[in-house]
Amino acid sequence: MKKTNFFVVGVGGQGTLLASNIIAETGLYIGLDAKKSEVHGMAQRGGIVTSHIRWDEHVASPLCEPGTVDYFIAQEMLEGMRWIHFLKPGGTVIISHQHLPPTSTVLGSVVYPSDEEIMTKLKEWTDNILMIDAAGIANKLGNLRVSNSILIGALSSVMDVSPEDWLAVLTSRVPARHKEINRQAFLAGRAGK
Amino acid sequence: MKKVLLSGNEAVARGAWEHGVSIATAYPGTPSTEILQNIALYDEIYAEWATNEKVAFDTAVGAAYAGKRTLVAMKHVGLNVASEVLFYSSYTGIDAGLVVITADDPGMHSSQNEQDNRRYAKFAKVPMLEPADSQEAKEFVGLCLELSEQFDTPVLLRMTTRTSHSKAAVTLGERQEIEQHPYKKDASKRAMIPLYARRRHVIIEERTTQLRQWAEETDINRVEMDDTSLGIITAGIAYQYAKDIFPNASFLKLGMAWPMPEKRIRDFANSVDRLIVIEELEPFIEEKVKQLGIKVEGKTIFPITGEFTPEVVRTSAINYALGVLSPLDAADSLGSMGSSIGVAMGGSLAGIENKKNIAIIGDGTFFHSGLSALASAVYNQVPVTIIVVDNRTTGMTGHQGHPGTGKTLQGNKHEEVSIANVAKALGVHHVYEVDARNLKKMEQTIRQAINLDEPVVVVAQTVCVFVSSHNREAYKIILENCNGCTLCFRIGCPAISKSEERDQKTDRPKAWIDPVMCTGCGLCLDVCARQAIEEGEVKS
Repeated sequence: MKKTNFFVVGVGGQGTLLASNIIAETGLYIGLDAKKSEVHGMAQRGGIVTSHIRWDEHVASPLCEPGTVDYFIAQEMLEGMRWIHFLKPGGTVIISHQHLPPTSTVLGSVVYPSDEEIMTKLKEWTDNILMIDAAGIANKLGNLRVSNSILIGALSSVMDVSPEDWLAVLTSRVPARHKEINRQAFLAGRAGK
Repeated sequence: MKKVLLSGNEAVARGAWEHGVSIATAYPGTPSTEILQNIALYDEIYAEWATNEKVAFDTAVGAAYAGKRTLVAMKHVGLNVASEVLFYSSYTGIDAGLVVITADDPGMHSSQNEQDNRRYAKFAKVPMLEPADSQEAKEFVGLCLELSEQFDTPVLLRMTTRTSHSKAAVTLGERQEIEQHPYKKDASKRAMIPLYARRRHVIIEERTTQLRQWAEETDINRVEMDDTSLGIITAGIAYQYAKDIFPNASFLKLGMAWPMPEKRIRDFANSVDRLIVIEELEPFIEEKVKQLGIKVEGKTIFPITGEFTPEVVRTSAINYALGVLSPLDAADSLGSMGSSIGVAMGGSLAGIENKKNIAIIGDGTFFHSGLSALASAVYNQVPVTIIVVDNRTTGMTGHQGHPGTGKTLQGNKHEEVSIANVAKALGVHHVYEVDARNLKKMEQTIRQAINLDEPVVVVAQTVCVFVSSHNREAYKIILENCNGCTLCFRIGCPAISKSEERDQKTDRPKAWIDPVMCTGCGLCLDVCARQAIEEGEVKS
């Protein structure tokens, strides 16, 4: 596989780091070099977490340059819009239809954009947009915290890596008692529902 | 050989284990914290949180004197707190290997400044290595320990936020057991009275000359010749970015930040047409190259401020002090750990009309560097109110223990040190312990405290929501009672936001509580004037 750049953005508490760890580990698992970097200073609850993952024969920089990301995964609508400049024109967006308004919008000084505004902005970069109701699917499965596995499932549906490889890594990264539900979540995400 | 993905910090911990470290000590601080947390998982290493960086470094020096390989870790500003130890241990040398990790924070993701600690290496005459990825981080820990023993000096290993927190593939090795070096008393080497220190200084200068020779020969300083029209001298994470951006240039990659190999720099400069230095923060390499009389460009091209990234600008604003910003707007100033009490004392002594001086300090910081300032306030009877925000953990860095938590890094339990008792023992007459979630009582206590003409300590207690969740389910908004007054928004709770529903009279959006984010603390209940919040049920 040629050089592949990923970018994951979410809000503290959404499990951005787990999702990006799984992507990086999968790169290594299929025999590539991989690097991953994020900022997690004070993002424990409510702050923004961005994570860069790169796969290649040999990876130098752990960070991607803006405009070079092949797969852009957003766990939240507004953050998806804010970081979309990292996407390569025509790259793939996987976005969770979830809204977590930041404090500045709650206090009234800033307005949270509408879905239409967000989609218009994303479409300036690409037509390959996969929006998925990860929270809704997770809720149906009975655990809100498996949204990540749903998004990785969705990612797997647009990539040329076997679902078995993804699942091998994913199920090794979650506690034993949550393996089955995460497997179901992955498959649901892969099926897009 | 098995390859695994490790962060730089995990790789440092692994390197310590593989290279026979027996004692590890630290004070937590982003981006260095995970080093000790990972070391603590190895049975062969004793690991502890010290109360501050100086205590950690002194303890490490003692362990190295006593003959065991030792690691001490801290963030860049932590080395300011411990700098005296760096300077004296440079003179005394050590016995068993001592590696000192400084994790710098270019870009200030979680710090108050972006000082470049390579300056400390030169200043204290201590060698420093600088890895560019996790594999090097692991190997360099071993090299630092060997250098430390060979040249009788502590050795600095400079990490940065990016190298500490990025994950990369690492080949694992086995642990090498190192026998304890026998201890021999030698006051002329370890007791730095002026007479002995003068002799030691001469030895330290000779040591630097020998280390410079080592830097000429080591393969961690390496030349990668390609197109000779552009030569780049670089180090650390900047090397990785430079490799991506200038794939055809020639490189001199310095794995050793100090001392630098003068001859190799000259030779490299002579073999390329144009020479540039790419380094984060200070022009540390650039100054050296210029001192050698070589024409070079560096900070005229690349910024001296901020973290390097491949992208031009990063807009993410992560602020160290959440309280300084809206919505809380609680603080006027923020300096460094433990400085709030001293600054408040100064404010009180200078006097500002109609203003009272309040110092806010966390429980971890109270033990780190608040004690001596509090003693000073009592000694000089300065009227300040000191609020110790006691959440029973070192929350900022990710929940490490401290003397007040009664639980050590490796899980041993002991009696908790009571902040109130310590304050009383230091001679504070008015010490109050208040539940931080009892808004009314808290306000009343602080009003009372600031009107007293002597130092007062208020311990605001509540357990950090990440350490122990409150015993209640998520709270709910009773929509028919809420009129969108925004009072509950202003407590800055990440769980409270605007709902779709609007109040008919005022047309203001009513409140909504996110059930995933709510921890059940109940603070919102206290501020709501309209009984519009329903208490969560007690968890079974």
